[in-house]
Amino acid sequence: MSPEEETEIKRRQRSRNIVLGSVLLFFVALFYAITIVRMGD
Amino acid sequence: MRNAVAVTLPADWRDFFALTKPRVMSLVIFTGLCGLIAAPGSINPVIGFTAVLCIALGAGGAAALNQWWEADLDAGMKRTASRPLPAGRLARGDALAFGIILSALSVIVMGLGVHWLAAGLLAVSIFYYAVIYTIWLKPRTPQNIVIGGGAGAFPPMIGWVAVTGEITLMPVLLFAIIFFWTPPHFWALALFVKSDYAKVGIPMMPVVAGERSTRRQILLYALVLLPVAIAPWLVGGAGAFYGGAALVLSLSFLALTLPVAFRVQTKEDAMLPEKRLFGFSIVYLFALFAALVADRVAAAQGWIQGSIA
Repeated sequence: MSPEEETEIKRRQRSRNIVLGSVLLFFVALFYAITIVRMGD
Repeated sequence: MRNAVAVTLPADWRDFFALTKPRVMSLVIFTGLCGLIAAPGSINPVIGFTAVLCIALGAGGAAALNQWWEADLDAGMKRTASRPLPAGRLARGDALAFGIILSALSVIVMGLGVHWLAAGLLAVSIFYYAVIYTIWLKPRTPQNIVIGGGAGAFPPMIGWVAVTGEITLMPVLLFAIIFFWTPPHFWALALFVKSDYAKVGIPMMPVVAGERSTRRQILLYALVLLPVAIAPWLVGGAGAFYGGAALVLSLSFLALTLPVAFRVQTKEDAMLPEKRLFGFSIVYLFALFAALVADRVAAAQGWIQGSIA
């Protein structure tokens, strides 16, 4: 594997991790909000 | 037909995003949101947001499953050859897993957070698009667009049911409007876009039944669409504002189908009537649903008279 490929793999893994982490955080916030709203029902 | 190239690099997240067909999703979000707002009763903004999000996630999951199944077909057509799977930027198994996870997540969150009937409808719509349409009927019948239109017709119904929790006449009518709108919308496009569906063995109507028959069927669906579009007003589910808008829009739509229905393509044809019809068909759907929302919101606020069905 060439150094260029190595860098590209690292870059893609990093951006994927950031996106996935953001999505998970978003769902944490959403579930929290849903729970608060539903408790008021 | 060539197979997808082997993937060694980890896929870029943008290719997963592209798998959800974001442009189709924007129409799904719009019609789903319209169904949600037009429905009688109120819904907490957080729950309403969750409902629309789940409709979008479900549509994205179904689109991913569709592309997982059709990767070989897509590779054989110019328009779709650069999609993530046929271009080899994404592994097929990853697309399948992504589609299943999105679909399951959307149904579960809809059920737990919003309403189980809406979740059930969402599950049915995903199954309908990914399995009944994509796998079973699309490669087998020239009526595939009519059947596929059924899948696109679910979002406003799901949005409505997320608020009311029951299937009444109005959400069924919203379903019917998109159902009868889809064939003339798509066939107008199919007439002027040289597609290579025939090359990969998908029986599209203009190829199988011929141009003449397709043109007649466009008119037929536009004729049925007119009473279906004004039906919400006739049954008292929407007010005169919507009724008037639906009548004007549907008559215009019908007027644009007439030249398309009764002409024959010549050599070097610019296909202007077909392009005009296709362009207007998009305006038509947006305007019709916007009119419904405006009518219902105005009635709920007491600005105009109108029964809340």
